[in-house]
Amino acid sequence: MAFPLPRPQPPQLPHHLLRTVDCKQGAIRAVRFNADGNYILSCGGDKTLRLWSASRGTLLKTYSGHGYEVLDADGAFDNSHICSCSSDKTVILWDVASGLVSRKLRGHAGKVNCVRFNEEATVIVSGSIDGSVRCWDTRSRRPEPIQVLDEARDGVSSVKVSEYELLSGSVDGRVRRYDLRMGQLHVDFINSPITCVCFSQDGQCTLSSSLDSAVRLLDKSTGEMLGEYTGHKNTSYKLDCCLSHKDTHVLSCSEDGYVYFWDLVEGSVSLKLPVGKATVQSLSFHPSEPRLLTAMEGSVKVWGAEPEDTVEDQGQQ
Amino acid sequence: MADSDTEDFVTYGTPLDPIEEDEPLKKPVPLHDQTVKDEKGRFKRFHGAFTGGFSAGYFNTVGSKEGWAPSTFVSSRQQKAGKVNSRPEDFMDDEDFSEHGIAPREITTTEDFTSGRQDTIRDKARALNSLVAPIPGDTVLEDLIAPARTSVGVEMLKKMGWKEGQGIGPRAKRKPRKQNVAEAGTRIYSCALPPNGSEESEEEEDEYTPENVTFAPKDVMPIDFTPKDDPHGLGYRGLDPHQALTGLPGMGHIDLFTLDSDRTSNLLGTGGPKHRRKGGISGEAFGVGALEDADADIYDRDALSNYDSVLGGEEPGDGLFGWTAPAQYNKKTKGSSRDASYLGKILEGFTLASQASEIKTIFPPPELPRNYRPVHYFRPVVDLASTSPMVAQVLMESKGHMPQQTQEKGRHQLDASQRRDLLGESSLTGPASVFDLLDNKDKERLEGIRRLAGVGASGAMTEERRAAVVAAGVAAAAAKASQSALSSLPQTPGSEEVLSAWRSPTADTSRSFRPFEKNPPKQARYDQYISKLKQGHKDALESSLDGSMTEWERGRERDEFVRAAMLYKPSSSSLSSRFTRAKHEDNEDMVEVAQEQEGDVNDKQSAVKMKMFGKLTRDTFEWHPDKLLCKRFNIPDPYPGSGLVGLPKVKKDKYSVFNFLTLTDSRPESGGPMGAQSQPDSSPLAGPPKRAEPGKKSRWDMSERAGQPKDALSEFLSEARSEASTSQQPASSQPAPAPSLTPEPPALSQLPPETQQLQEEEEESRPPMDLFKAIFASSSDEKSSSSSEDNSEEEDDEDGHRQMELQPPGPLNTGMDPSALPVPSSAAPGAAPGAAPGAAPGAAPGAAPGAAPGAAPEAKPPPEQPKLPAAPSKEQRQEEEEFGPKLPPPTSSWPQLPASSSVPQGDAHKKKCKEKHKSKKEAKKKHKKKHKKHKGKKEKKKEKKKKPIPEESDSTSDGSADSDSDADDLPGSISTEQLLTRLKSLRGKKYE
Repeated sequence: MAFPLPRPQPPQLPHHLLRTVDCKQGAIRAVRFNADGNYILSCGGDKTLRLWSASRGTLLKTYSGHGYEVLDADGAFDNSHICSCSSDKTVILWDVASGLVSRKLRGHAGKVNCVRFNEEATVIVSGSIDGSVRCWDTRSRRPEPIQVLDEARDGVSSVKVSEYELLSGSVDGRVRRYDLRMGQLHVDFINSPITCVCFSQDGQCTLSSSLDSAVRLLDKSTGEMLGEYTGHKNTSYKLDCCLSHKDTHVLSCSEDGYVYFWDLVEGSVSLKLPVGKATVQSLSFHPSEPRLLTAMEGSVKVWGAEPEDTVEDQGQQ
Repeated sequence: MADSDTEDFVTYGTPLDPIEEDEPLKKPVPLHDQTVKDEKGRFKRFHGAFTGGFSAGYFNTVGSKEGWAPSTFVSSRQQKAGKVNSRPEDFMDDEDFSEHGIAPREITTTEDFTSGRQDTIRDKARALNSLVAPIPGDTVLEDLIAPARTSVGVEMLKKMGWKEGQGIGPRAKRKPRKQNVAEAGTRIYSCALPPNGSEESEEEEDEYTPENVTFAPKDVMPIDFTPKDDPHGLGYRGLDPHQALTGLPGMGHIDLFTLDSDRTSNLLGTGGPKHRRKGGISGEAFGVGALEDADADIYDRDALSNYDSVLGGEEPGDGLFGWTAPAQYNKKTKGSSRDASYLGKILEGFTLASQASEIKTIFPPPELPRNYRPVHYFRPVVDLASTSPMVAQVLMESKGHMPQQTQEKGRHQLDASQRRDLLGESSLTGPASVFDLLDNKDKERLEGIRRLAGVGASGAMTEERRAAVVAAGVAAAAAKASQSALSSLPQTPGSEEVLSAWRSPTADTSRSFRPFEKNPPKQARYDQYISKLKQGHKDALESSLDGSMTEWERGRERDEFVRAAMLYKPSSSSLSSRFTRAKHEDNEDMVEVAQEQEGDVNDKQSAVKMKMFGKLTRDTFEWHPDKLLCKRFNIPDPYPGSGLVGLPKVKKDKYSVFNFLTLTDSRPESGGPMGAQSQPDSSPLAGPPKRAEPGKKSRWDMSERAGQPKDALSEFLSEARSEASTSQQPASSQPAPAPSLTPEPPALSQLPPETQQLQEEEEESRPPMDLFKAIFASSSDEKSSSSSEDNSEEEDDEDGHRQMELQPPGPLNTGMDPSALPVPSSAAPGAAPGAAPGAAPGAAPGAAPGAAPGAAPEAKPPPEQPKLPAAPSKEQRQEEEEFGPKLPPPTSSWPQLPASSSVPQGDAHKKKCKEKHKSKKEAKKKHKKKHKKHKGKKEKKKEKKKKPIPEESDSTSDGSADSDSDADDLPGSISTEQLLTRLKSLRGKKYE
């Protein structure tokens, strides 16, 4: 017999500090979960990229090979590769296990702000301060990108890749969505330098944060604004924003040391998570659990919905 | 935590500090620093493994500094020396007694204490014995008092879920006891017979046995090879003591294992017999007892079918290795290894093999043919080129593979061209081999040489042969010469060579030079000729010439063609085929600009301010992803045919700064006419924008051209104009610089709405640009080339503009009786006096030809106007420059009749402008465009505002010309819309 479904629990927000990892690699430029959320990638200002265990906070591997600070990284779906980008204008494809550089992709004319794998890790998409988004092939050994998207009129600060779309946010205040399936480019004008763009988990909306201290949720198909989230402070840094794992909340870093959680529908601030005194530079939400990574200065913090005993047990071991 | 489940790392100890990158590597500790200390902290010295170890006494001697003192034998009367029994320990060091020494003094379980259970086979045997023993359960106690020590293997097995008594191996689902059924008839060696009741209950249980329960395999001692040492017959068993004693089967069987009677039978390897005797003494060969009712089954009948009759027959790998035994044994292991899974957990660190370890099948070596001799002779390699074909043929045949037979080709055997065909790629246009580049003559020579070589290879090269070859070559050359001479008779000399040259595969007509580009029909004929040459037609030249031409013309063209073909024959292109054409032409003047431009940023900004995201802030462009990118994303190419990547681009003039400066390049242009309309003539400030006006050349030109081809229309129009002018001239008191203009605008303004619609339609159904270009290409070239004719350009521009406005009367004229024409003209006189000075100059270019040389060339297309004598037009031009931009659009400016006040202003301005104009001739173009640009932007905004509110349009036009009247609000608004639509259509065509 069919039981009625249990009442949906109120969404849990990751407000318990589970762990603080002192990365010892200078300022953390970006922190990212891997595809399944079990590992953490931290991009350091000391030219290294580090891989951590999310459950224990232990250092697993250090990837060094960049010539300048690492700005962004992403893990492949099968955890076999990592791509990272740096101020040295290169994008590097790493072999996870050996820690060796398997491909070094040169071609950007300026520092590369953001990098992302596509779903099958066959393409690396990187956006640079030179205003171009480049799609690199990981399958072949071709040194040139497959395609250069140079529509942006200013630096590209953020790229995201979905199944068939590329989303790029640029300092020229536009969010560009390249729809490969339709062969169309949609440009949404925001009128303020974009710092971060995201797809929602359902793929229907795009989230974009801009330097006017606002995060906007736009309908993907029409470009209409579904919500605007304000209250935080983002006027000078490239800060991250994201959606929670169930699209219930909108998260954004802030320059006042908090991470802001807004209710997606109501647009009200539901949580101000105090991270520290400095600017929260980067954050990353776990793909399937209420778990959050924040990066401030040189340390990465892992936040969970509940203080988990198992985690601490493991920590004691 | 989720990861703790998935991660199966084991963390021991504390993690090492991460190795810092810049940290120098630690130096290994040198040998002399590697010291060993004893428990009291004293250094110990290693003397060598066989020379005392760490404790070699004093300087490798035994003892101490004082030396070794042997124990002294002291015996006195008081103290008798006892008998000293030396033990080994007396000669051992202290270390030897420690845990890892040779004589540890720790308490350990001795071997004696264990009860020898580590041997499972012996165990089994005992279990069996205990069952058969007269007092069963002999080993029960032993089972209960299990010693703690078991072997590692047993412990591992137990951890895996094995229990003693079970067989080892994967667990199997319980099978219906077919085995027993099958063996029911057979007599067996079992004695522990489960009682009937239990048997039945078991079967009942079977029915209720859940599907997912598995059972351990039976623990089987496959065959006991007990030697036969008694005088009984084969298979004889003595009395069963249990049965003998109780008489009731199973009753008196005191068996600790009754509960798992299953196991009992397992142990014995058989199931119990289905039916058993009711009672009495039974045994093999005991005969029928008194209590037996039937004499069946007295004797054990062992059927021969229970035994294998064939060696290694049905059960390979049954572990019996060829032993033939009763079939019941063989069936034990069947199928159990397949789908079984262990009940117990698999030991940590171990995984279940996904596939059973492969049984090595050893194939017998192939049987050698009887005539085989283990020696190999290499066959000579056949070089087809060097040997005679006959020999080659024979050799190939003897080899057993003709070239035709090598058809079975794998993927890797395909050559590049075959793979190309498979992939559907186009073939390379270049020559396939170097030989294609060679002349025919050279080829022949080569051929000859090769033949010579062949001859030389087959036999000795003789003088005669060489001579013969040379002779043959000479003959061939002669024949060729004569042939060419023959063939050249009907054709122009050299056409043969041309033919041969063009027939080569490298020739590419599309890329070749186009010598007669200026004369399209001629070029077309030439192309035809070339293409026929390529196909190898002998009569290419004759057939491609125009038959309607005179003989002389044809002869000349023939010569020209052949010469051109010779000049640009692909012998040079054969080389050039080695190179690739530039993908991008080095066109200095053109630059690629995105075809679709983004909308106005200002609008968007205001939309953003109002938070009206959506349509206002969104632009959608056609975008072509790279083919490979689509492939990588597993998406079909949205534009399968197009080789385009990215945004579609169009070429534009490079030196128009606006391609780079602005996003809205084309739209401001659309504001152009409005600018013309609204730009005031009043202030000197307005001068520069006005200067810029002619910069809109492209569009103006276009409209002009667009206006042109409608010959009938323009004729009508010009006629009407001339009529009007003639009719008007007497009426107007003004000097006649441009009397002809006056009639038109009223005509337009008075047009009924339907005609306006008509007019719009006409605008839309304008023929494509190419036509106009084709027609007017030369004239426009002239224009652009001569910088001194800027004025005339302006004229053209304005003319075009006017023409555009003039067109509308066309439909009216055509649609209505020509007699209707006087209507506008009659309306004009009233307007003329005031309007003439202001408005006439704008119309001057059109009127000038009509006025100056007479009315005849009215229908002449305006582009030719620049060629008119300069004298009469000069003043006009000045006026045009002045008033041109302000040329009022039909509706808004025409009714501004009483604007006589503007005349002096205009005159004053005129001179200024003229001066400026002259001084700036050089850098004109850029300036023009720039200004135009600015204006365009401003006006565009205005336009937008205008649309909803017609009054505003008036105010703007008021700003431009103070002579504006309020009389025509409505027509004014209509005209802007018209203009917009017109412009849009123009724009659309422009980019088509």
